Parts: sequence; C-alpha cells; structure tokens
Amino acid sequence: MHVEMNTILDASYMGNLATVIDKELLDAGAEHVIIVDVTGNLIMERGNLHMKDISSLAVLSAANFAATAEIAKLIGEEDFTLLFHKGDRRSIHFSRFGKEYIIITLFDDNVSLGLIRLKSGRAIEELSSILYGNEGRQRWPL
Amino acid sequence: MAFIDLSRNEIQAKLVYYGTGRGGKTTNLLYIHESMSKQVCGKMVTIDTKGDRTLFFDFLPLSVGKIMDLSIRIQVYTVPGQVMYNTTRKLVLRGVDGVAFVADSLRVQRQRNIESLENLAENLQGEGLDIREIPLVLQYNKRDLIESNIPLLTIEEMQEDLNKNLGVPYFEASAVKGFGVYETLREISKRTIKNVIQKVGGQLER
Ligand SMILES: Nc1nc2c(ncn2[C@@H]2O[C@H](COP(=O)(O)OP(=O)(O)OP(=O)(O)O)[C@@H](O)[C@H]2O)c(=O)[nH]1
Ligand SMILES: [Mg+2]
Repeated sequence: MHVEMNTILDASYMGNLATVIDKELLDAGAEHVIIVDVTGNLIMERGNLHMKDISSLAVLSAANFAATAEIAKLIGEEDFTLLFHKGDRRSIHFSRFGKEYIIITLFDDNVSLGLIRLKSGRAIEELSSILYGNEGRQRWPL
Repeated sequence: MAFIDLSRNEIQAKLVYYGTGRGGKTTNLLYIHESMSKQVCGKMVTIDTKGDRTLFFDFLPLSVGKIMDLSIRIQVYTVPGQVMYNTTRKLVLRGVDGVAFVADSLRVQRQRNIESLENLAENLQGEGLDIREIPLVLQYNKRDLIESNIPLLTIEEMQEDLNKNLGVPYFEASAVKGFGVYETLREISKRTIKNVIQKVGGQLER
C-alpha cells in the first residue's frame, strides 16, 4: 500500500472527529478512544484515562495491525479489519477504517464487546464521511 | 507521511535508522535516549529477541522544538537489520520521511553494507520513494575500533562503496562512545523537517 500524502488536519476538523467519538463511543461507556494512522501517527485521543505513553500505544497498535495484515495475506485474506484483545479488567478493540486509519477503543468489563463493535461500526461510518467525504479536507500536497 | 495537526500546531515526521544487522542502529537510539533530557525524549520502545537483535523495531519519540510556530515531533524508528526480516523492514518504512543509514565499519561487513543499502533503495521504491530524493544521511559507525587491531574499512572505501552515487552527508561515529550520534540525528532531522515543510508549506498559511 502506498501512503504518500501528508495529512493536515485543522482545528474544526478535529472538533468534528471528537464529537463523533464522544457521541458514539464514550457515551456508550468506552473508557478511552484513540485514532491513529497506519504508520503510527497519533491523530487524536478522547477519554478519561491519563496515559503518558500514548505515542507508544499508537505506534505499537499500528505495528500490530500491519503485522496481522501480513498474516492475513498468508492465509489468502486481504487483511483483518478488526482485532480484539481481552484482558482481565480492561480490553482493547482495534478496527481499521479507510486505508489509513485505525480506531482503538479501550473499555472495561462493564461494557460488552458486542456494544463496542456496534458503536465503533457506527462511529467509523461517520468518521469516514468526515475524513473522506467532500467536506473532508484531506489534502494532497504533491 | 508526516502528520500535521493544526489544532495543536504540531508536525510529526518519521525517521528510520536503516542498515545491516549488528551495525549499531539500536545502540544509536539507546545513546540518544540515555543522554537527552526527558523533555526532548519520550519513552523508548524496543521489540527485540533475547539476544538483543531487533525483531520488529525500536521506537523513540522526540520533541525537538519549534519551527515557524509549529512544534516538531520526530518519531525515530530502527529496522531489524538481519536479512530474513525484510517483511518487517518494509512495514517500518511505511510513511517514512527521512532515513539515517548506519554502515558498519568492520571490514568483514563490507558486502553486507552494500547489500543493505541496495535493499533500502528497493524497499523505498516499493513505497513509491526514490533513494536519491528522500532525505538521507550516512553514518560510518564503530570508528572507536580504530584503536583496536580489528580490521576496519577506511572512510574512503566506505564513501566509494556507499556514497559515490548518492553524495549525501556522512558522519564518522561510535554509537557506544557517543561521538557522531548527535551529528547524524541533527542533520537528518533538519533535512527531513525542511523537506516536509517544503512539501506542505503553501498549505500552512491559514
Ligand atoms: N565498538 C563498537 N561497538 C558497537 C558500536 N555500535 C554498536 N556496537 C555493538 O554492536 C552490537 C550490535 O549493535 P546493535 O545496536 O544491537 O545493532 P543493530 O544495528 O540494532 O542490529 P539489528 O537489530 O540486528 O539490526 C552490540 O553489541 C553493540 O554494543 C560502536 O560504535 N562501536
Ligand atoms: Mg537493533
């Protein structure tokens, strides 16, 4: 996959992304939501957890996703669009949207995986229309 | 692929340390991590095997100051140098904005350095990038061994092998002793940021 453009996002645009995440995921009980791009850039985070190593989380998530995509190819799949790791108290759900972004949702055992799946599906539809729609301001500098 | 967040006035660019296995890429990052202040340097992540060979990558986030009112964040990665890890090298190269190539001065590594540079060119091409156009510097590492009786390549030989066609800046270094490490990082950071700003420059005027 070629990822050649530089992404430039301005404040109003970030605000729109934040609104969607708050409404769909945080209001449904998710603890923290992070958007990264497939190369590991942290695009934004929302939520109540204070994570000082957020850029490590962004980078490792992107790497994890990229590595599993290679595994997918080995078994004849294009890639896996979602990943889920279950912990004792806290779980993490990753899903890719578009070719370039991954939305990462952290949630505790008060919230069901089914709900997070449903809600992140909805969030992705809305986020995609912001990031890729006509009003999206993804710009191609070259 | 640099990422520019205008809500926080921040640029993130991706720098990759490339080169043959055991050449000293991880040692460069460790030195930077240990000697820079916490304000500049974030947490270092390494994914390695027991025997200290990099398995996937090392990662070190740096906040290096401001240019034109924009905070500059540089995400530094190393690749695994061993030949068999080419798939992971390609993954780490995705979205790269600049490369520091760490060449091993040990004479026995002469051919491996050349092959690793060729491998870099090939993998960049896979990303739609040209090794002659991307910001790039060379580092001739392990120069401290000149005092030992281990056979080393001369700088002239390394220039001839690696830099004849590229003509990019090069630095003599010792990642264990620390000399040349900052010079390498400073030059490649400067070139990378300049390149990113040039590419997106027109669009930053709001
Ligand atoms: N004498 C000397 N030894 C060095 C220098 N830089 C690295 N080394 C040693 O060389 C070995 C390999 O260094 P690493 O930094 O792990 O090499 P690498 O390029 O990350 O290797 P891979 O992860 O396998 O690609 C280690 O034992 C280092 O201590 C140097 O400047 N001088
Ligand atoms: Mg290493």
